[in-house]
Amino acid sequence: MTTTGPMSTASRRFISFLAAPAVSPLIALVIAVIIFATQSDRFLTGRNFSLIVQQVMVVGTLAIGQTLIILTAGIDLSNGLISALGGVVMTKLAVASGVNPVLAILIGILVCTAFGAVNGLLITRLNLPPFIVTLGTLNIAFALVRIYSTQSITGLPDVQTSLGETFLLGTTAISYGSILMFILYLITWYMLQNTAFGRHIYAVGNDPEAARLTGIPVNRVLLTVYTLAGATYGIGALMLIARTGVGDPQAGQDANLESITAVVLGGTSLFGGRGNVMGTLLGVLIVGVFRNGLQLTGVPSIYQVLITGILVILAVAIDQLSRKARA
Amino acid sequence: MPSPERGTPPQVADQSARTPVLSAQGLVKHYGQVVAMDGADFDLFPGEILAVIGDNGAGKSTLIKALSGAVIPDSGQIFLNGEAINFRSPLDARRYGIETVHQSLAVAPALNIVDNMFLGREIRRPGPLGSVFRMLDKKKMLADATVYMQDLKFRIQSMQQAVETLSGGQRQGVAVARAAAFARNVIILDEPTAALGVKESGMVLELIQKVRDRGLPVILISHNMPHVFEIADRIHIHRMGKRTAIVRPQAYSMSDVVAIMTGALEVNKQSN
Repeated sequence: MTTTGPMSTASRRFISFLAAPAVSPLIALVIAVIIFATQSDRFLTGRNFSLIVQQVMVVGTLAIGQTLIILTAGIDLSNGLISALGGVVMTKLAVASGVNPVLAILIGILVCTAFGAVNGLLITRLNLPPFIVTLGTLNIAFALVRIYSTQSITGLPDVQTSLGETFLLGTTAISYGSILMFILYLITWYMLQNTAFGRHIYAVGNDPEAARLTGIPVNRVLLTVYTLAGATYGIGALMLIARTGVGDPQAGQDANLESITAVVLGGTSLFGGRGNVMGTLLGVLIVGVFRNGLQLTGVPSIYQVLITGILVILAVAIDQLSRKARA
Repeated sequence: MPSPERGTPPQVADQSARTPVLSAQGLVKHYGQVVAMDGADFDLFPGEILAVIGDNGAGKSTLIKALSGAVIPDSGQIFLNGEAINFRSPLDARRYGIETVHQSLAVAPALNIVDNMFLGREIRRPGPLGSVFRMLDKKKMLADATVYMQDLKFRIQSMQQAVETLSGGQRQGVAVARAAAFARNVIILDEPTAALGVKESGMVLELIQKVRDRGLPVILISHNMPHVFEIADRIHIHRMGKRTAIVRPQAYSMSDVVAIMTGALEVNKQSN
């Protein structure tokens, strides 16, 4: 076969290696860790890593749902505000309305799940593009949060902040929320790798028409994905109120772009059908490590934003180049 | 002028083989004012490759869609192994053992060959691993898929490679092997060589013959006359919404067949 275009076989191989699941984000993460470890002796400690994970666990959890959606070639702009709504519902019901706090948590998660299902229904029944649908539900969720509560809800019952509590592993304090996030990643990874539903998510993202012809219920897969994503936003809400100790109506406004950033850094293609949730975990950790490492080395935090921007463009470029190399 | 035969089975000694595997009588389909099928008949006999040809707009694709469940005819009847049958959807036809290889192939390019082979009908692990944890039986699927490919003597580097890394002919091969693996009665191939070069076409034609030789009758829709003449046992010529003739490739020249297809050559109507 002759090579088409300017790309040589060697560079093609190199690009497909970089585009292999989780390879690039892992390289980026390892390099970042090495650099920061040489710059600050406080960086490479269990305590610091536990802190990094706690800082990223909310976005990390939202990014799980975002990964599933992006794998189907969709996108969700509404996740942060759905999550904020869930958080406000959980806390206000418990604090102001005297609902049993555990029941309030369940209702909050249910609200988020239902919002995800609404996204899915609008996308599948009315055939609307996910970008537009979730832009709409972003605004609706934002308005609902403010209509329901304009003030932060404080004085949360203990059970609502239990995910923020820690246990000792050796000398390192680890929060239950961090553990829950890792468990969610493992479950999602298992689902994508080892179940028919996981294969169907990839197939739908690859080529919905082909998926339909092989007998996959495409709309049902999409609806399930958006609903499951809604559930992860509910769990993200619980982590957020546990970490901050308040139900915050201002929360979650940047979470949509932050979660998309993590997914893209993790090597999942915005065109759908390629990628892995473990890449997203690496993407989340990359952002967290840069933020923390730059802080420890005394670099202004705006450089973290700069570096994130460069990494996002690199990640998308690798995806795009590897698509060309495949063609 | 030689008169084409109609409805005659191919050279099969066995008498029981005279019942068509798949047949249709008097299929009619209207789309508003347009008559897509106007009393179309169809017969596919065991062990044969039947080519279906017709000019654009002859209603050939509507006929094939009716036979694969994608179109529900207004009237007329379809028979499977002599029994009247009504398909309500393509999945319905599939349940009756009729597999279609679409021109688009219906493969997910980023998934590997095994995943594509079992897409939509994955096998789960036995016991609670499968029923509770929904775990796929990857080993069994790999083993089965390897057997399907070996049955057709179709060689591939690795069953675990993504379909997008394959050549056009190899992708077609995967789609054909998948259909052959799951089809119990009929396999329908829509323009399988349309996008392929000479060498790859040859490989796919060979594959189709192997499918037939293993006992599965094949419906081949193609515009490529040399390919049709190379492998078809009989040729169903469709014109103006119905079957206008069935010919054997040995008895006719390509130009005769094209002439029948376009209406330049009239065919004597014969009773069955």
